[in-house]
Amino acid sequence: MGLTEAILLTIFTAATPLLIASLGELVSERSGVLNLGVEGMMIMGAISGFAFAQITGSPYLGAVSAILVGSLFSMLFAFLTITLVANQVATGLALTILGLGVSGLWGESYIGVAGIKMEPIVIPVLSQLPVVGKLLFSQDLIFYSSIALLVGVTWFLFRSRTGLVLRAVGDSHHSAHALGISVIKTRYLAVAFGGGCAGLAGAHLSLVYTPQWVENMSAGRGWIALALVVFASWRPLRILAGAYLFGAITIAQLHIQAIDLRDIEFLPSALFSLAELIKAMPSQALSALPYLATIIVLVIISGNRRLTLMNTPASLGKGFVPDR
Amino acid sequence: MRLELEKRAESSASFALISPFLALGLTLFAGSIMFSLLGHNPIRAMYIYFIEPLSETWSLHELAIKAAPLILIATGLSLCFRSSNWNIGAEGQFTMGAVAGSIIPVLMPEQNGLWVLPMMLLCGIVGGALWGSIPALLKNRFGANEILTSLMLVYVAGLFLDWIVRGPWRNPGGYNFPETRGFSAGQILPEILDSGRAHYGALFALLGVIIAWFVLARTIKGFEIQVVGEAPRAARFAGFDTKKTTLYVFLVCGGFAGLAGICEVSGAIQQLRPVISPGYGFTAIIVAFLGRLNPLGIFAAGIILALSYLGGEAAQISLGVSNKIGNVFQGLLLFFVLACDTLIHYRLKLVPTRDGAGIAQEATHGAD
Repeated sequence: MGLTEAILLTIFTAATPLLIASLGELVSERSGVLNLGVEGMMIMGAISGFAFAQITGSPYLGAVSAILVGSLFSMLFAFLTITLVANQVATGLALTILGLGVSGLWGESYIGVAGIKMEPIVIPVLSQLPVVGKLLFSQDLIFYSSIALLVGVTWFLFRSRTGLVLRAVGDSHHSAHALGISVIKTRYLAVAFGGGCAGLAGAHLSLVYTPQWVENMSAGRGWIALALVVFASWRPLRILAGAYLFGAITIAQLHIQAIDLRDIEFLPSALFSLAELIKAMPSQALSALPYLATIIVLVIISGNRRLTLMNTPASLGKGFVPDR
Repeated sequence: MRLELEKRAESSASFALISPFLALGLTLFAGSIMFSLLGHNPIRAMYIYFIEPLSETWSLHELAIKAAPLILIATGLSLCFRSSNWNIGAEGQFTMGAVAGSIIPVLMPEQNGLWVLPMMLLCGIVGGALWGSIPALLKNRFGANEILTSLMLVYVAGLFLDWIVRGPWRNPGGYNFPETRGFSAGQILPEILDSGRAHYGALFALLGVIIAWFVLARTIKGFEIQVVGEAPRAARFAGFDTKKTTLYVFLVCGGFAGLAGICEVSGAIQQLRPVISPGYGFTAIIVAFLGRLNPLGIFAAGIILALSYLGGEAAQISLGVSNKIGNVFQGLLLFFVLACDTLIHYRLKLVPTRDGAGIAQEATHGAD
């Protein structure tokens, strides 16, 4: 396996949790609920995935329990914001704070414990293809799920009747209610889906990306996932692009200092001096890259008013109390 | 059975007063359950957590040291939140205030004149305010979501602090430890009383609360902030400039957080280190909500949350539980505060699940 291939592979690994968490949040936001607790649900998924994998010895049971725990945890948020119409921004923050606290408490005994890695599932024949064989067909189950989720969410939102109902709820909860759609039920389900996805994304961190438990190991990925939804202007395919872009940035900052630039086969000579310059920067500046990139991307996307206004769910972040 | 909300004709004044206490009570209750689950006597645990830290002079001083930054930051945040500007990056503004305020003591260690401390505080305020102005400007100019930009800047500020402490500002005589030189006598915020460590930061917190209360309750600017938040359309008709308000509240909040940052560094730590805050900027969000975004309420709430830090340390020492339990308490508290606030505007009703008969009955009622 060449260096280029190895780097591409790590980019795929870094992008997968972002893709999964963003797709979940997308469905939630399309139903009109802004759940800022992604970071909290993700870290809960990471610790529960790790813990159940340790207990049962199976990373797959770990991942399943991460989905369940993420969903259950998101129900706290759902109860407050949907049933009690509490402020969604503040409640999302509360979910994140609580998640970081509970996971720290739960994970204390797992610090330094060797993790159980979810091994790749090699698909026969297809994995023999050059380059794509390694990248697409020799991956772990969570990666395959992320692609399935992408296809599933795209189909669900734009090709299915239930998806249409969900978008109607997000665009105008009063009209949807008047049509006899249960706004509250739809939103509960959407939030639960988002929670499950965030949980699975967390499990990817602690079972695939770095198979161990480290406190706060989500390190802001939940927030980046939130930004990706805005970046994608609420479209699943653009989330794919965004997640892989951010995966690339994350990996670039990790590798840039370690690699010898001459080893990279695809680097044009014009970029060489630029790369030299970046290499000379302090490591902290490189670590800041994903966060700075998030800000820059938000600025560029939000600057385009037409694009954002057209796609933002109109009821996003607004509480709904049915008039009976 | 199903829970339904019924809007009150007017928001309930009594619930507005009770809800923070109700939330506290519920948090304590949930906390006792948690301690029982961890295998501790809940009453003893609660005593160690919430009462013991109040029983000695030195611990009261520690309480003041922890409460001061929380109160200062939360007061600034209350202005932001009241105008619907979701600044959740106070932690970064705190950090940058601390860095900017440390310019003089790190680069000019021999300066000890009377002007030094006020200048440091001013630098801290300016540093925090400038950092806080970034999300405001990006929101005003490009419509970028301030929640995400302000939060991303927390990570950037943290990395900046890490770099400057390990790199250019590292103490040349410090055996390669990642810390700056210790501040000299004239650069340290003095203690208020002889009995303990509490420094003038606590006084600034009190001052900040009074100023914010005055601005909100007695000035046009304060009125503007509230109208922009509660009735943006009305604010437009009144000719209030929403963008100016956004910039204003972010500058004030950043300034308050920056002041808290330099006070913490100059008063409590007395040098810069890679980590200077146990998450004050985030905990202050809870303080702001528990205090119902009212400066006077925030003062009380700041003391309670400061207690959650001290209690966490005490529980770690006496009971051997992780100090993470402090974070769990804080998260639970914010949940309960938000849940209880619903009671101010709504009545909760348990109604039987509607089945066919129920709907038919309702229909006949409707016909009456």
